[in-house]
Amino acid sequence: MQQLIFFIQRFKYFLFFLLLESIAFSLILTNLNFQKSKFVNSTNSIVGGIYTQKSKITAYFNLKTENEVLAAENARLRNELQKKVFATQFKDSTIVDTVRYFQKFSFTKGKIINNNYNKEFNFLTLDIGKNQGIEKEMAVINSLGIIGIIDNTSPKYARVQSILNKNSKINARLRNSNYFGTLDWNGDDYKTVQLIDIPRQAPLKIGDTIETGGKSTIFPEGILVGTVLKINRGNSAENRVIIKLFNDMSSLGTVYVIKNFDKLEIKTIENLENE
Amino acid sequence: MNNPFREILLFFLLLFLQVFMFNNILLFNSINPYLYIVFVFLYPLKENKIPLLFYSFLLGLSVDFFSDTGGIHAFSITIIAYIRLFFVKIYFNKLEIDYPFFSLKTESFGKIFNYVVTLTVIHHFIFFSLANFSFHNFTNVLSNTFFSSIFTLVLYFIGSAIFTKNE
Repeated sequence: MQQLIFFIQRFKYFLFFLLLESIAFSLILTNLNFQKSKFVNSTNSIVGGIYTQKSKITAYFNLKTENEVLAAENARLRNELQKKVFATQFKDSTIVDTVRYFQKFSFTKGKIINNNYNKEFNFLTLDIGKNQGIEKEMAVINSLGIIGIIDNTSPKYARVQSILNKNSKINARLRNSNYFGTLDWNGDDYKTVQLIDIPRQAPLKIGDTIETGGKSTIFPEGILVGTVLKINRGNSAENRVIIKLFNDMSSLGTVYVIKNFDKLEIKTIENLENE
Repeated sequence: MNNPFREILLFFLLLFLQVFMFNNILLFNSINPYLYIVFVFLYPLKENKIPLLFYSFLLGLSVDFFSDTGGIHAFSITIIAYIRLFFVKIYFNKLEIDYPFFSLKTESFGKIFNYVVTLTVIHHFIFFSLANFSFHNFTNVLSNTFFSSIFTLVLYFIGSAIFTKNE
């Protein structure tokens, strides 16, 4: 017993150092894991509150571009609406009762109050949280394309795992085709992501549009991702295609969080099959 | 620096400078200075290491909270806080009796330069290795360490030149 006390006395600094380092290391490991609940992140009320105050000031500098982006989106949505009217006019007299079809997705508006894009594992902070109905594994997009997936929530804030995160794997496809691949990021350039595992026979050309595939319960079908920048025609096993993002991930403002109402239903039926 | 209030002030000053200014500089889209480690250089030398270790850990953890990096900052700053006295012994030849009278202001520039450069490079190397967390992009880790260290050191020496009084 005395020797133990002597030992602790002698190495107390080193033992204290080891204690702190093991705490830090376990925090690093839990932060890398998407499934585990996290302790150190920017969704707690102190850090989130400070970031909200900061973004109240800095938001003024982006108002002009923000307005232009919103106006462009409005114009695009108005065009879509006109197309819909046109399509229904030329159909025969079958009436589709919209009440019988349930809404599948809902969109919630939010604002990015903290943005990271220069690290290997990037996260963003949103000013909306559980109180606004935000939950884990919801999709985050803006008018230009995909941004990420909600990975942690607190009552007033939410953290988004950006597509610029080495852990992000998102289903994507070539527009208007059924050739699917997985979006991946190698950690180098914030303007590009990589599309892997896309079949070799897919008729890819430089400049083609890539959109989300709708094979997951998180992202709806057809959300824009980017255009093909470079096709690697080597002999490697993984067919790596470099995608230039539509979004400028270094300046993000208002975003939409997408909730999928059918998620529980899809998950339940998928689990039934396994049993 | 024997007044505890000055250390607390230094703690919060460095934290907010790091979080609101230096984390947003992103020179050439990737290079950031990590000037909060100056806390380890400026904290007075004491035989009892526990307060320094604890405060450094807390500072690193606070920076982690703001930049969503898990515990990477906390891990790397605690290491340099622990090995600080070892390098003080090597570069300045100071023993435990000299600690209360030690001040970076009275030392020659060459010795301070060696001391600060060593600790900064160690910190940045550990930080970027953990941020990468694989051996895949190891050249990136080395180049990031190199350029960020230069940025941090330039800022530190400019800062110390401005804030030291010429007597």
